[in-house]
Order: sequence, then structure tokens, then C-alpha cells
Amino acid sequence: MIKTENLNYIYQPGMPYEKHALYNVNIEIPDGDFTAIIGHTGSGKSTLIQHLNGLIKPTDGKIIIDGTDITRPGIDLKLIRKKVGLVFQYPEHQLFEETVYRDIAFGPKNMGLDADEIKDRVMEAARLVNLDEAILEKSPFDLSGGQKRRAAIAGVLSMHPKILILDEPTAGLDPRGRDSLLRLLTSLHERLNMTIIFVSHSMEDVARVAKNIIVMNKGTVFMHGSVSEVFERGDELINIGLNVPQVTQLFNKLIKMGADLPKDIYTVKYAVKILNEKMKGKEHV
Amino acid sequence: MFKDITIGQYISGDSFLHKMDARVKIILTFAVIILLFMISDPIPYAVFIAFAVFLVFLSKIPPLYVLKGLRPMVFIIVFTVIINLFLTPGETLWQQKIFFDWSIKITYEGVRMGILMFLRLTLLVGVTSLLTLTTSPIMLTDGIENILKPLEIIKVPAHEIAMMMSIAIRFIPTLAEETDKIIKAQTARGADFDSGNIIMRAKAMIPLLVPLFVSAFRRADELATAMDARCYHGGKNRTRMKQAKMCARDYIAVGTIIVFAAALLLMQYLI
Repeated sequence: MIKTENLNYIYQPGMPYEKHALYNVNIEIPDGDFTAIIGHTGSGKSTLIQHLNGLIKPTDGKIIIDGTDITRPGIDLKLIRKKVGLVFQYPEHQLFEETVYRDIAFGPKNMGLDADEIKDRVMEAARLVNLDEAILEKSPFDLSGGQKRRAAIAGVLSMHPKILILDEPTAGLDPRGRDSLLRLLTSLHERLNMTIIFVSHSMEDVARVAKNIIVMNKGTVFMHGSVSEVFERGDELINIGLNVPQVTQLFNKLIKMGADLPKDIYTVKYAVKILNEKMKGKEHV
Repeated sequence: MFKDITIGQYISGDSFLHKMDARVKIILTFAVIILLFMISDPIPYAVFIAFAVFLVFLSKIPPLYVLKGLRPMVFIIVFTVIINLFLTPGETLWQQKIFFDWSIKITYEGVRMGILMFLRLTLLVGVTSLLTLTTSPIMLTDGIENILKPLEIIKVPAHEIAMMMSIAIRFIPTLAEETDKIIKAQTARGADFDSGNIIMRAKAMIPLLVPLFVSAFRRADELATAMDARCYHGGKNRTRMKQAKMCARDYIAVGTIIVFAAALLLMQYLI
């Protein structure tokens, strides 16, 4: 479980460029959760997630992961980073090894595991992200964009994190790459019961895979609730410059025009289902 | 970590010095530095110091910032002063025997030379940092391009040099941000950048340097394409958005410096 208590973070305190990035952030993310973090550029999303595995030390407040306060002095952050895997935005930009295999092995090697264990983990991680064994011996720079990204994610998965945090994992991917990445997240969540937290700008992606949503605005938690709890407050989201999924926008318009439709439609799949049911009942909606 | 570094140390403002033409500023800074090395008597120095203080006030920059520019130079200044203090031959003021014939001594000339060196270096750094404090890097490179322009006759690629300088300056913050991000990403994968012996540390840099170089090349490539797409073809026949133009302010500055230099040289060599 991840918990933050009155988390505050100030960039460059005391300098002319001082910026208060997080104000009293109190969140609780239970084990096995699938949470999306949405918010404007500069709303503190990235700052928040970097706190969760100790890359940034809070100016004030506590971060508790599985009962351990990771802000306590003298704590072994390597153990925390083993538990909380963090995939940065465009993670493929961090590939550096001669082969994909060695790149995925970088994390486990830093953990001091023996060669056999490392091999097992690399193979397992590659399988999880659907990378062919043949690719493992290639240079990471010869892969396609989507493959690079999956290889980079495998590099984090090979550390066997219990909690996986991703910063805009689908940014810059084509529709197919996006699809397969979201499926990967869902399967990690369902099959390995991993806690997944991801930052996204796409309400469609969020509606499709997440269970809960944290909305950040100007360094504070603006909303935190289930997907339907957050998206039913569409007007407030629009006020802070965010929005609801496009299909929800469409249905809200139809409802305004007098159509008898449910208000909790957030995915196209569900919309189609509802419409089919309606069509069966009568000729016109 | 590196996110908010500023290059040069430009502080925006609208003072007399900020508004001056960059070319004039660069040339006058050189002139003042040369002048600084031509004087050595106490009175010209006193006048020079007064003038430097006046310039700081004219720039409206907090004096503390100007002094901050001296910080990286402290070692060199102290070192120079000590060397001059003890090793200048002349009339002995103080002597300490260490063993046999070997002794250290401070001479009258040494003290004089030490003070002179201290003032010279401090003023040198102070005046030049005043230039970078009041001129944005872009204006600075534009100014350098203009100054180098006459050299194009002897095939010096003035525009290209200036363009390379401004691109390099432009990309420092970007690459610094990138470095910060990669360090964090590799740290998240258990990399350790600051423990172990020198060889281990050098090896630990590989996961940082390889992605950094790859990204620098990628950015360079993208930039080249973007410039090409907008028909960039070098300096020939290229006009500028901001035409540098000398105005009354610049002539006043040039005049002031000429009078100032003449006065100082008179004090130094005739009186």
C-alpha cells in the first residue's frame, strides 16, 4: 500500500525560481489497485510519482510504502526501488546496452543477483512484454519504436516490482502500439496482481483500463475516486482544463437533446453495448 | 538537479547597460580590460574602482550578483596574490628564516604587486561579468557575429560561428534536463552514480552517457531537418528580425569610455 501524508515539495527553495510543486498531498493507493493520474502539464503529476520510489525527497511530509516510511533518514532506497518500479516518459531513451538482453538485465544485475536468476528474469520479462527471444540479441537501437518501449518496460519488470508506476506510457505510440501497451498493463494487473499507477493525458485510455483516478490540479489532489465518480463530475474537470472521454461528451450531448440514455458511459465498448440493447427494445431511441 | 541552471548569468532588465548595443558593449568591455592592464598607480586605480562601482549601479543589478561572479575565481586570485606577495624581489619588509639560508620574505614591492594583482583580477572579472549579466546569450552571439563580419573577407565564417554558439547555448538547459531525467531513470533501475572507486564510477557513467549522446545526436538531426525545412541556407543575404542599430546611448557610452581612458592614461603617465 502506498500512502502519503501531507506531502509538500518545493523546487529550489529560497531561490528566485522557487516553485511549490506539491501542496499537502494525501493519497492512499491500496495493493492491487489500478490507478490513473490525470492533470495538466505542471500540475505535479510527475513530481508526485517520483516521490513514490524515493527519487525526490519531499520538502515536508511522509511517504509510507507497505508500512515503511521511506522519508526516514538512513533507509535503504534500493530496497524501495526494487519494490516500486518506475517507468519514465519515453523510457526507450534510456536504453544503452549493446543488446536488448543486457539492457533488461541491468536492473537485476544492480540488485546483485546471480547469472542464472538474471537470465530467468530477463526471459520472463521479455515474455511478459511480448518480445521475441530473437530480438534479445539485437542492439536496442535497431528495434522499432514500440519494441524499444516494451524493452525498456521489461528492464523495469525484470526487477520484479510489486508496484509499477508509469509516466505517460502510451505517449507517441501509434494506435496499435497503444493498444498492446494498455493490454500489457491490464494483464500485469490481472495475472500478477501488480499495483499499477500510470499518468495519462488520454481520458479514453484512463476509462478503458483504470479502476480509480487521481486528478491533480496546481499541485493539489483535486479529486480521487473511481472512474465513474470522477467522470460524472465532468463540468468540474472541464473547469480545470481537463475533460471526460469523447464518447461521454457525445452521450452527454445526446442526453441534453432529450435522449433517454444512461450517464455513466465512459468507453466505446460499453456505449455500443447500451445502444444495441436500446435498439433491440424499440426502433428509435 | 540541473533543471534550472542558467547559462551565462543574464538577468533581464531595462537599464542603460541592458539597452546598449551588444557590439558596442563587447568592444568597450575589451577596451576597458586593456585599459585596466595599462594602469598601475593608486590614483588611476581608485578612479577605475569608482567607475566600476558606478557601472554596477547603472546596470541596476544587485551588487551581490556581481560579487557572486567572482566566486569561481577566488582560488586563482588568492594564488596569484600569494605568489606575488612572496616572490617579488625588492626591499624586504618581513623575513622568516626556515632553515639554513632558506627563508621566506615579503617585500615592499611584493605587497604592492599583490594588491595590484588582486584589484586587477577582481575588476577584470567584475567588468566582464557585468557584460554577461546585462546581455542575453542571443544578443551576445549576435554581437560577436557582427564584430566578426569584416573578417568574412578572409573567409572567416562569422555567421556560422555565431549560429553554432547560439545553438550550443540554446541546448545546454535541454541537455541538462535530459541528463537529470536519465540519471533518475537509471537510479530507479538500481544504478549507483556516486559510490565506489574511480573506475567503478567511470563505469557507472556509461548508462548515463550513451543515452545522452544518442539523444544529442537525435536532437541535432531533428534540428537540422527543421532548419532545412525552413530553407535555412547560411548567412548569405539573411536579414534579422532585430536589426542592431547604434543610437545616442551607444555614442554616449563610447564617448564616456574614451574620455575616461584618456583621463586615466594621463594620470598614469604624465602626473
